[in-house]
This record gives sequence, C-alpha cells and structure tokens, in this order.
Amino acid sequence: MPIEIPKDKWPGSIKAVTIGATAAEGGTRTKSITVGGQTTLPYLQFEAPTPNQPVVAIEIKSRKPEDWSPLLAEVWGDAMANPAAWAKKAEEAGADLIVLALMLEDTPDDAVKAVKAVLEATGLPLVVWGPGQVEKDNELLVPVAEATKGEKLVLGICEDKNYRTIAATAMANEHLVQARTPMDVNLAKQLNILITDMGLPAERVIMDPTTGALGYGIEYGYSVMERLRLAALQGDAMTQLPMMVTPGFEAWKAKESKVGEGVPETWGDWAERGVHWETLTAVALVESGADIIVLRHPESVKRVKEAIAELMVTA
Amino acid sequence: MALSGIQIYKLLPQTNCKECGFPTCLAFAMKLAAKQVELSDCPYVSDESKAQLAESSAPPIRLVTLKAGSEVKAGNEVVMFRHEKTFYNKPGIFVRVKDSDGDIAAKVAAADKYTVNYVGMDFTLDGFAIEADGGDFAAAVKAVRGASQRPLILIGEAATLPAGLEACSGETPMIYAADASNWEAMADLAAKYKAALAVKGESLDELAELTEKIKAKGVEDIVLDLGGANMAEWLARSTQVRRLAIKKNFRALGYPVIAFPGDAGELGKESVYAAQAISKYAGFVVLDTFTPELAYALLVLRENIYTDPQKPIQVQPGIYEINNPTADSAAMVTTNFSITYFSVANEVEGSGQPAWLLVTDAEGMSVLTAWAAGKFDSERIAKAVKEFDLGSKISKKRIVLPGHVAVLSGELEEELPDWEIRVGPREAVDLPKFMKEAL
Repeated sequence: MPIEIPKDKWPGSIKAVTIGATAAEGGTRTKSITVGGQTTLPYLQFEAPTPNQPVVAIEIKSRKPEDWSPLLAEVWGDAMANPAAWAKKAEEAGADLIVLALMLEDTPDDAVKAVKAVLEATGLPLVVWGPGQVEKDNELLVPVAEATKGEKLVLGICEDKNYRTIAATAMANEHLVQARTPMDVNLAKQLNILITDMGLPAERVIMDPTTGALGYGIEYGYSVMERLRLAALQGDAMTQLPMMVTPGFEAWKAKESKVGEGVPETWGDWAERGVHWETLTAVALVESGADIIVLRHPESVKRVKEAIAELMVTA
Repeated sequence: MALSGIQIYKLLPQTNCKECGFPTCLAFAMKLAAKQVELSDCPYVSDESKAQLAESSAPPIRLVTLKAGSEVKAGNEVVMFRHEKTFYNKPGIFVRVKDSDGDIAAKVAAADKYTVNYVGMDFTLDGFAIEADGGDFAAAVKAVRGASQRPLILIGEAATLPAGLEACSGETPMIYAADASNWEAMADLAAKYKAALAVKGESLDELAELTEKIKAKGVEDIVLDLGGANMAEWLARSTQVRRLAIKKNFRALGYPVIAFPGDAGELGKESVYAAQAISKYAGFVVLDTFTPELAYALLVLRENIYTDPQKPIQVQPGIYEINNPTADSAAMVTTNFSITYFSVANEVEGSGQPAWLLVTDAEGMSVLTAWAAGKFDSERIAKAVKEFDLGSKISKKRIVLPGHVAVLSGELEEELPDWEIRVGPREAVDLPKFMKEAL
C-alpha cells in the first residue's frame, strides 16, 4: 500500500511584493521583480509550487569602501570607485537586483547622483540603503526618494527609530521599505504594524529580520525566520511579508572571511573560506525562507543562484 | 498509542536500581515517554512489560550508533524545527575514499588529524567511507585503519564487503547499501557483522517496503539513502521522512538519513548540498572533498544548527585577563554570549596588547540583542564594574564600550561619574587597530 505523505495545508500565505517599475509602470527599469506569494514552507514543491523564485541582490557602495575584505576589492577592482561601473559588473555577475549602500561621506546631492547613475547604468530594480545612522539615513534617503519618484525602489534600512520618515517618503514617492528588526518575531511584527498603520500598504514592505553570519549567531536569524514564516502561514497577517537577508554584509565582516593573516592554519585557504562563509550562511537562510538574499562576492552569487534553481525544480 | 511517563512507570520494576543511569524508575519513565532513551537500558524489565512498552518506548527515529575508536550517533530526533525544542544528534561528517585511490592513507591521515577550535570547542570530522571501486578493498580498509580509528562506512557489493568487514571486525560500521535486488544478502551481512545497514530506494514506498523486510530478518540499525535528483527532491523526501516518523510514528521510515553531497562532483555544489543536508535532517553526511576551509565551515554550521535554542552558549560573567594585563592596561566591556566573548577575546589576544575584559551577565545575548532586550544597559554595566571591582585593577579609570552601544556612553557617565567612557569599534575584528591607535 502506498504511503500516505502528510501534507500541510495552511490558512495563510505570503504577500507577493513587486520591486522596481518599468516604463509602462511609471519607472525606468527594464524589468520588475516579484517575490513572495508562498502558500507553504520553503521549497516543499510537493505541497504547493513556489510561485516566485527568490532573488539574489549584489551590494555595492556609493564610494569605494575602505573596510571591505581585500578579497572583495580584488574581484571588483576599479569598479568599486564608481557605483555605475560597479552596478554594471554586478549585473554581469548575475545579480537579479542591486543594493546601493550610501555612505556617511555622501551629501544629499552625492546620494542622488549616485542613485541616478546606478539607475542609468543598469535596468535592474534597485534597493538603496542609508549609511546606517538614523539622522544621516533620513537626510540622504528623503531626497533620493523624491528624485526617483515612481521607480519603486526599496528604501532601507527602516527601523523603529526612523520608520516614520522613511515610510512617509516611500508612500509619497511610490517606493517600498525594508523593515529591519533585531532577530525577534514580535519586534518584526510590531514594526510592520507601525509602518502599515501609517498607510503604507503591506505590499510595499519587505521584512528584514536581521541575521548573523555562520558562527556569529546564524542560528538566531535562522530560527526567527522559520518562526516568522510559520506564523505567516498560520494566518498572522503582520508576518505575511517576503523576507530580505544580508548574508554578504554579515559574512564578510566575520574574521573568517575578512582577513587572511594571523588566523589559525586549520581555517584553510582564505579565498575559498570567504566564499564558503558567505555561501553557507546564505544557503541556510534560503532554506529557512529568505526571498531576497544580498551578497557581495560573485562566486557566492553563482553558487546561491544554482542552489535556488535546484530548489525550484518541481517533480 | 504513546504512553505517558506515569503509565510507563507502572510497567517498570520500580526498584530505583539506577542501572539505567537515572536516579529513579520514574525519571527513566519520563525519558522513555520523551523517546530520548531505549527500554533496553533497563536490565530488569519483565518480558510482559517489554512487549507492552516496545511500541511506545521506541524513539520515532531510531538511534543508530557507529563505533570504532570513537562513536557517531544519529537519530532520536523529536522535532521538525529546532526552535520547537532542539536537534539532538549532530550529523556525522564522513570523508569518502575509494579503494582505487592511490593515496588513501595520506588523504585519511590529513582529515583524521584535522581539529579546529570554535568558541573554545574543538571540532573534528567523524569518520570515513570506503568505497569498493575495483581495487583491493580489504587493503583499503586496512590502510584507513592505519591512519584513523574513527568509525567507517563500507560501500560495495554484498560479495565485496566481507573482506572489508573482516578487516575492521569488532567495530560497528555501516554497510552501504541494500536495495530491492540485494537486500537479503546485505541484511545477512549486517546481522553477521553487527553492522548498521544503509538502504536505498527510488521512492519512499520502496524504502519502507525494504526496511520492513530487513527488520524482519533481525536487522534494526537501518539508515536511509533518499536519493533525489536535485535539492528540491531531496528536501521533499527528507521532510516527508521526518514528518512520517515524528508526526505519524511511521516505523518503517523511522531511521536516520544518509546524504552524499560529494556525488555533486563539484566543490561549490558539494558545499551547498552539505549545508542543506545539515540544516534539513541528515544523520550522516558523506563528503568527497576534504579541505580545512570547507570542513571548518560545515562543522560550524552543524554546531550552530544543533545548538539548543533554550540554552544560549554563555561564558561566566567576570573580569578576564588577556595578555597579562597590568594597572596601566586598557579595560573594555562586552556581554557573556560566548560567540561575542570569544570574538572579542581572540582579537584582543591576537593584538598582542594586554587588556582587562569585563564580561557582564547579559543572559547569554550578543551586544545588540542584549541591548535591545534591556540586558546590556548602563545600569547593568555599572553594576558589573562595581561587583567585580574593575576599578581596583587599573590606575586610570577608563572603560571601552562596544561601538554598537555608543548610545549608552552618556548614561554610563552618569552611572560611573569618576570614569572615562570610551566608545570602541562596532566589530571585534577592528579592535586591534583601535587599541593601537586610540588607547
């Protein structure tokens, strides 16, 4: 007698969220990207198809970052000094979308110029991050949002301290927000509530539950993501959003990836280790439900995209 | 129908002899009810009770142990998601060699001696798989045994395996693999040599049918090879097997799973397949590639996934001395989450500069998480400074805060009025530079 395979049927589903607008949709992107829409746990194709393939973004900076690993400086070369050139190279490396991280040194004018240059250089949808200090983020992201009205950018990083400003400008200028909370299911939910209460539709919010790198707390991010996805499928509306994670940022600040000298011999080859660290962090998070995976190294991009392609195969 | 701990207790001898390793029969009964121990651990249980308990006492996923100079255990898992309780038995990571390889001893020796330290713990690989590939199988097993005493998985035809099994007699290896065509011969071998038996099939139906037949021949230590043409198919089968065992108590598939990421034939894919296997329920993972960097990454992933979520790994709060500090050395503060502590301590140690490291009780959370949860604030830091009397260690009252909590410096100045509060870097990796330039 054939085995009866237990299948889960869930009352809830993940909202489909579209990033980037083509000319027909009021922007200038050559294509838009839709993520989310799942009705079951990640890649369980025997229960339900995965409606939208998770995507890989490559993170670039508005200026040449001085603190990135030499391994990354080597692969990106001179392009790192020019965001437009860097974005092109990232597209060639297989990015589905670009994350442009603005820096503290940028003036609002610099920021707008960098964003426009990247939008010209590539037709991919774009995520723009502030430098990570609340006031400076607001100072840069508001003019960027205004100068790119209708492009459906994702503006990040929107946290409990600055969500009002970022969500307001996203609302006024037809963009989305990346809502980040520090590895906690309830905090994630709460921020989504605060943002949608302001009037930004949930279809324009991407959750960023924060992750740690392999060896630096990945298990917390991993389990928070599993719990968020389970809550969403069980019908908790304020967790039913696609998830964006930043394994590139996390893994490349870990000593294992960042440096090659003064580390134990048992850590092995530096260049391979760096890629393993980023790739394995990313793959574990893909398994736990990531929809947008932000990476830094082209080889990791290749490996993670291949993994996603295999996970998307239906019988 | 599963019995409760109390129902099980009534069927036990109730003598509290402790020979099972638990202080009372009731404690043992509770463990049985939670399916974390085997009934056979009780030497005095009556045959009558045994029959009654057999069904309810067996764990939903059988514990399979391979033994040689060390042991590898797989199975006995009770949840689908680590946050529901925890994952118990870390998958054994094996490296495969073939008897046709020229350099077996060297390859095995390098992987065997591999030890890597992660937050104070030493990790090693778990064993070796030896595949018959037209060479001298017995000689290959002996060559491996010359280089390593770790448990073995022997891969070959029923006719080839005995030579290898003889070469490692007295151990509990795994043999691979029984299928629809050879299961009887393989089951006989497993019974004769007391080996665990891997079973492979094209579908879960076929696997279940085979395990039933093999079990009827008296072999109970069974391991499942799920096959699968791609990551999606493997994930589906692994999830289905785990669900059937845990949720439906489906005995025919209640066994640990073995995965062969090395079959990918390419390093990038091998690493990714191994990561999926570790995250998604494999009990044994067989690699073809041994490199220190891949081994390190996979061992850390395994540790992270199998860490008990209810017990964050912590270090003792207090003052830690690094590089023999004196009264003139710097003092810095961080939390007692072990990953945080070791990241900071390793960097400071690596800098060669002496320092006092004050570790506060942040309930095992990292700096940012603890700060967000109110477990690492100016009050708690000030309390730790006073409790451990940091001031008595140093001549200049100055303390360095992690850059992530720069926002606390003002409040901390109020709490510690005669101290100078300095803000350090956000990441531990930048500490040596900071210590050299700013302290």
